[in-house]
Amino acid sequence: MNNIDKMIVRKLQNDIPLCSNPFTILSKEIGISERQLLKRIREMKKIGIIRRFGATLYHRRIGFKANAMVVWQVPKEQVEVVGKIMASFSEVSHCYQRSTCSKWPYNMFIMVHGKSSLECEKVVAKISAATGIKKYKLLYSTAELKKSSMKYFMEK
Amino acid sequence: MEIIWLKNLGVYIKDARGRKVMDNVDCQLLNIIQNEFPIVSQPYKVLGKRLKIGEDEVIQRLKVLKSEKIVRRIGAVFDPRKLGYVSTLCAVKVPEEHLEEVTEIINSYPGVTHNYLREYDYNMWFTLIVPDTEMIKAVLDEILQRTGISDLIVLPAVNLFKIHVNFDLCGRTEDAE
Repeated sequence: MNNIDKMIVRKLQNDIPLCSNPFTILSKEIGISERQLLKRIREMKKIGIIRRFGATLYHRRIGFKANAMVVWQVPKEQVEVVGKIMASFSEVSHCYQRSTCSKWPYNMFIMVHGKSSLECEKVVAKISAATGIKKYKLLYSTAELKKSSMKYFMEK
Repeated sequence: MEIIWLKNLGVYIKDARGRKVMDNVDCQLLNIIQNEFPIVSQPYKVLGKRLKIGEDEVIQRLKVLKSEKIVRRIGAVFDPRKLGYVSTLCAVKVPEEHLEEVTEIINSYPGVTHNYLREYDYNMWFTLIVPDTEMIKAVLDEILQRTGISDLIVLPAVNLFKIHVNFDLCGRTEDAE
């Protein structure tokens, strides 16, 4: 990450201007040409520095009101296969294998989104049937205390 | 605000006064720009061509979708690890009577990007993103010390199977209420 890259990140982690030529404005603020900026953004997408470029929605506002985090105890040797099956469900937005500890035996985490908790539970039952994993828990969120996008390279 | 699902058409949303704030063009626009935002000089013009509407109309629609709090942000989502950062999920057991003050302390860290209350004995779940591994420990030690909490679990991801959030607004086939 050179300084230009860091400046690009600082710009793109915020809202881009909603006008005809947003990248012209950003490139001027960064001090490079628009062509250079567009090229670098495409490269960052290609190598995965940028996971996604586009709109982030308030999903609760578009009908996905129930959000369950489901944690599973998946035997180590099944993690690869089970993870892929879980990820294949369209209602699952995130699927991670995480570290465990003595206080926490669940190694697989998914987020399920639906219109209601009943809809989420049906999906979870389907996933359990498809994977054969019976040890799991649904942890519904009861309050969103913070949701922000990370601001990188802002440390002094 | 009332959400109405239309069979095979997608969704539109009416506000309290019955004013329609979102139609099928909005749905298509949102579906496209969650993933396929054009990285070109005039992105809204390109989007307009795809949707057979003018550039001005695309911009106007997005202004409304933002003011109606449907679109949170248009920009890039970065992979923290590829920027040299480290992230983890954490959970703590917070007594009911301390929820407010603990929330305030935990949320005060800029690296805490998400924080949720969940129905479980570990009732507060937050994500932490910091520039290096040592800082994970430093921030968490400080949080424990400031809040007086003793029960913390740190659950970094070891394998990512899916991280994609793309909400399909057009493909739903629910009957209108």
